[in-house]
Amino acid sequence: MKLKEIIDLIGGQVLTSEVSLERNIKGGFGADLMSDVLASVQEGAVLLTGLCNPQVVRTAQMADIQAIIFVRAKMPPTETITLANQEDIPLICSLYGMFELCGRLYQAGLESLEVPVSDSENCSCE
Amino acid sequence: MNEPTHRRQGRVVTDQNAHEISRVEELSYELKVFDVMSQDMTIVQPDTKITEVLQLLRKRRISGMPVVVDHKMIGLISLEDVVHALSDKNIDAAVKTYMTTEVMTVNDYDSVVRALESFTRSGYGRLPVMDKAGQLVGMLTKGDITRGILNSLQKDYQEEEIRRYRASHLFEDIDSDRTTLVLRYRIRAGDFNQGGQASSSIKRALKRLGANPQIARRCGIAIYEAEMNLIIHTNDGGIIKVEVEAHRIKMQAIDTGPGIADVHKALQAGYSTASHKVRELGFGAGMGLVNIKRCVDDFDIESNPGMGTRLIMKIYLPHNNKTEDTA
Repeated sequence: MKLKEIIDLIGGQVLTSEVSLERNIKGGFGADLMSDVLASVQEGAVLLTGLCNPQVVRTAQMADIQAIIFVRAKMPPTETITLANQEDIPLICSLYGMFELCGRLYQAGLESLEVPVSDSENCSCE
Repeated sequence: MNEPTHRRQGRVVTDQNAHEISRVEELSYELKVFDVMSQDMTIVQPDTKITEVLQLLRKRRISGMPVVVDHKMIGLISLEDVVHALSDKNIDAAVKTYMTTEVMTVNDYDSVVRALESFTRSGYGRLPVMDKAGQLVGMLTKGDITRGILNSLQKDYQEEEIRRYRASHLFEDIDSDRTTLVLRYRIRAGDFNQGGQASSSIKRALKRLGANPQIARRCGIAIYEAEMNLIIHTNDGGIIKVEVEAHRIKMQAIDTGPGIADVHKALQAGYSTASHKVRELGFGAGMGLVNIKRCVDDFDIESNPGMGTRLIMKIYLPHNNKTEDTA
């Protein structure tokens, strides 16, 4: 799904001015715990989160996340926006809450990019 | 008209091509008239006959030329002036009779964007270029500007290609029994705002070196968790050291304390000693070490309470990884 379609679906406001919105989103992922994101997101996702600090952008960068949507009209501080502009990750703000946003996007055909627990647990740790 | 597009010189700039446009725009500010003008120019004297001018214009395929006396430009004779003389049936007249004396010029030290403005304002096709001393040093056409910008773009592109090639062939080009590239980063304790900067640089470096996206991602995630651990848990921060070799990437996070009391417990998913503040940042869910372990091929942790911790992570590279999937 095109990022621009997603922005339309959620009535999103784009917060980054220097980042291109021309990108394809493979699926979605919602979490407030960055460790969860790092543990179980596949590349190419849009991240829905309530967390606004710059670490969200760093996490996105490490996990090859294509865009970040802040739920419930949460406004990130300028450091977060500056970093996102610098690292080429679009930030979008929506009035809807996490549940509503996930629902809207899922219904519109955006699939989940969350690795199921059984797969992610499947590591070499005894 | 609230469209996010801008009209510039008759061309609609959309978000898609804004990136390329901006480099051209950047260049039109960076490049000086001197860099793009033609120095090889045809000049005539005030006493040259119009017939000779006509022949010169035809032979050189130009539309005008400066009229010069003792290195000083006194006017410009253009095709239009020649047509004027022809309609007067005065083809043997001297250039000085028909030349244009009020000539618009540009300075050689001006940026190209200034010159473009002069072209738009005047409607002329060619402008004489003057140096600081007021001497004629060249001629400038819009074609010169286009050529100059294209040449610079090509140079940029070639330099980038060469840089990429050099980085991705580092290990093949250097002849040794064993080549290692070592990257080191100092991480400060409690520096949450800078957190992730080192990991970001490492991931970028690996991509540049030609690591495939999947490998770069695994390294990025592991090193990011390790970097956050140094920021969150250590007394005095620590060091991140990455050793890149053709067959493997070895990453270490080393600190001087406080050390982990129970390493076995720390490796259990969900076990955390993080403060409330750290949890508010989205970390401290007790997944850090578990995540790291999942991302790397080889994982080792040495820790002694009161001494410090050394985390060793290794990712083995498939044979020939360096040349495939570099996009």
